[in-house]
Amino acid sequence: MSKEMTVAKKEPFVRMIKRDSISRGKEWGIRLLAVLLSLIVAAVVIVAITKQNPLQVYLGIVDGAVGTNRRAWVTIRETVVLLCIAIGLTPAFKMKFWNIGAEGQILMGGTATAALMIYAGDTMPNWLLLIVIFIASAAAGMVWGLIPAIFKAKFNTNETLFTLMLNYVAMQLVTFCIVFWENPAGSNTVGIIGAAGQKGWFPQVFGNAYGLNVILVAVLTVGIYIYMKYSKHGYEIAVVGESQNTARYAGINVGKVIIRTMMLSGAICGFAGSLIVSGASHTISTSTAGGRGFTAIIVAWMSKFNPFAMILVSAFLVFMQQGSIQIASQFGLNENASDIITGILLFFLIGCEFFINYRLEFRKSRKA
Amino acid sequence: MNLLLAFIQKAIGQGVAILFGATGEIVTEKSGNLNLGIPGIMYMGGIAGLMGAFFYENGTENPNGFVGFVIAILCTLLASALGGLLYSFLTITLRANQNVVGLALTTFGVGFGNFFGGSISKLAGGVGQISVKTTASAFRAQIPMLSDIPVIGDLLFSYGFLTYLSIVLAVCMTYFLKRTRKGLNLRAIGEDPATADAAGINVSRYKYVATVTGAAIAGLGGLYFVMEYLGGTWSNNGFGDRGWLAIALVILALWNPANAIWGSFLFGGLYILYIYLPGLTRATQELCKMLPYVVTIVVLVITSKRNKQENQPPASLGEAYFREER
Repeated sequence: MSKEMTVAKKEPFVRMIKRDSISRGKEWGIRLLAVLLSLIVAAVVIVAITKQNPLQVYLGIVDGAVGTNRRAWVTIRETVVLLCIAIGLTPAFKMKFWNIGAEGQILMGGTATAALMIYAGDTMPNWLLLIVIFIASAAAGMVWGLIPAIFKAKFNTNETLFTLMLNYVAMQLVTFCIVFWENPAGSNTVGIIGAAGQKGWFPQVFGNAYGLNVILVAVLTVGIYIYMKYSKHGYEIAVVGESQNTARYAGINVGKVIIRTMMLSGAICGFAGSLIVSGASHTISTSTAGGRGFTAIIVAWMSKFNPFAMILVSAFLVFMQQGSIQIASQFGLNENASDIITGILLFFLIGCEFFINYRLEFRKSRKA
Repeated sequence: MNLLLAFIQKAIGQGVAILFGATGEIVTEKSGNLNLGIPGIMYMGGIAGLMGAFFYENGTENPNGFVGFVIAILCTLLASALGGLLYSFLTITLRANQNVVGLALTTFGVGFGNFFGGSISKLAGGVGQISVKTTASAFRAQIPMLSDIPVIGDLLFSYGFLTYLSIVLAVCMTYFLKRTRKGLNLRAIGEDPATADAAGINVSRYKYVATVTGAAIAGLGGLYFVMEYLGGTWSNNGFGDRGWLAIALVILALWNPANAIWGSFLFGGLYILYIYLPGLTRATQELCKMLPYVVTIVVLVITSKRNKQENQPPASLGEAYFREER
């Protein structure tokens, strides 16, 4: 009897047990619950700051994100950019190569795009210029992804820190270029490039300025999905990601796979740079990437690299961001409010994965 | 001579914030946690200290510099420790990926800092920039007498309290990691948590304590920046990428806080070198600002190439430890 008592005392109040399997419905139910909880917490924060009725705040967010036709298209535009970056990161992350240098790769792609728009704007027809821009921006991003990949393959240099540092090298290169490109002189900004002739701008598709962005990213998404799922390369990436030793044993050249995959990853991120510069902002600055290279990592990781989940997650994040920017400007607060909201959403979404993989078992009462 | 003196002073001034961040991150990384949330935590620490001092100075008739000083430090420690606690809870208890949590924390923290830094005076019903002169002057107070000595006084004794604290902390942490039993346990966890666990060390508790302590130390770097460097005000994104530089410094220092001391002054020097180098144009200045990052990359490549045992990152860095998944 007394022995049983001590055993009962030692049993922890709560234990975590790994789930063998979970039904898809339950899995998404947990995620939905996390989203709802995060919305409630975000509402509490917003209400504490603005002292407004939370329902009205959320209506304001919806209005800010999709309230008018223009706002809705901006939300769509930002979503496809974030999606494009996340798609670009997918192959690298699947390989467990921590490419946190998407910011730099985007900036390099954007710089190449801006350079072409400025120097080659009048030398060729617009469709040809756009094709050259796509190739050049992808090449620029590719180089930026290739450098850390080579060192990882040869010396096993830590890629997380290497790619991170390259972000700032890229940022300085951008400020270096701005010195030559600034317009008007002395403003230290580039201004809108080619506002008169719209050289190097995406043409309207179906009467919409951002139609082409959507089409290009949709094609890319499907392409990478097929590449990862059905090609030999995609399989090799998955094996290297699971275990490098297994890959070596199976005769896969690990170094080659790392270099090849990072070239692809960097190229897509560089292409995202052209999507931003040529297809949206028509200018370049150090904030062209604006932290999206980091947000996209979280998008890709949380979606478990499933492209359709990525669409959902990036749409949700951008929706909330655009909405909270609107709220902030309505109340005269600064737009960094959206980062706080994003952060809160991310914490909940990251945290809820635990409850999908594990279940909690509470201490059973002895009498029962 | 005067130019050199000014350069060294400025370099140290730039270095201190990075040194706090690097010391905190080293303690964190020694437990196997790669906390990429440090830049965000430094923003949070900075703004929390500033807000604490702001509300104190606004709430009292005759604010006392010393009280503001204590309040600011406490607020900073509290806010940055909370940031570290959030990171620890998500990565250690909920077993989420460290890089993802860290980046989310940085997004959150930078937004938190800029949001409150930009809006706090408006939210409090005032106008214009937030400013806490009394408290800042307490942070900027120099050592009397000693700082009046020519040259040596300028070189060694012309700084505020936090500058000396950063060096003392770095030395203490080196001693702690290398010479104490608890430091040894912590390093064991960073190298191989399973072995440490088998030796009876409470892995989770050490990881929690190390990460939260590291975050609190890093937060002081943010406080240093707003109080001593900026003089008690906020400029949006003014802190810039110093948080990431702190993570770079960890590599340069080869995971040893004592090395981080001279490393931080070197980084500070490289950070402002472009002002002092003669003959630079505006464009080449920008290239010169790349130096800290390029130097870090070179060090990173060289250490990985030489592959010396004692200069490597902790072996389990970035990997979560689950006892049942060995």
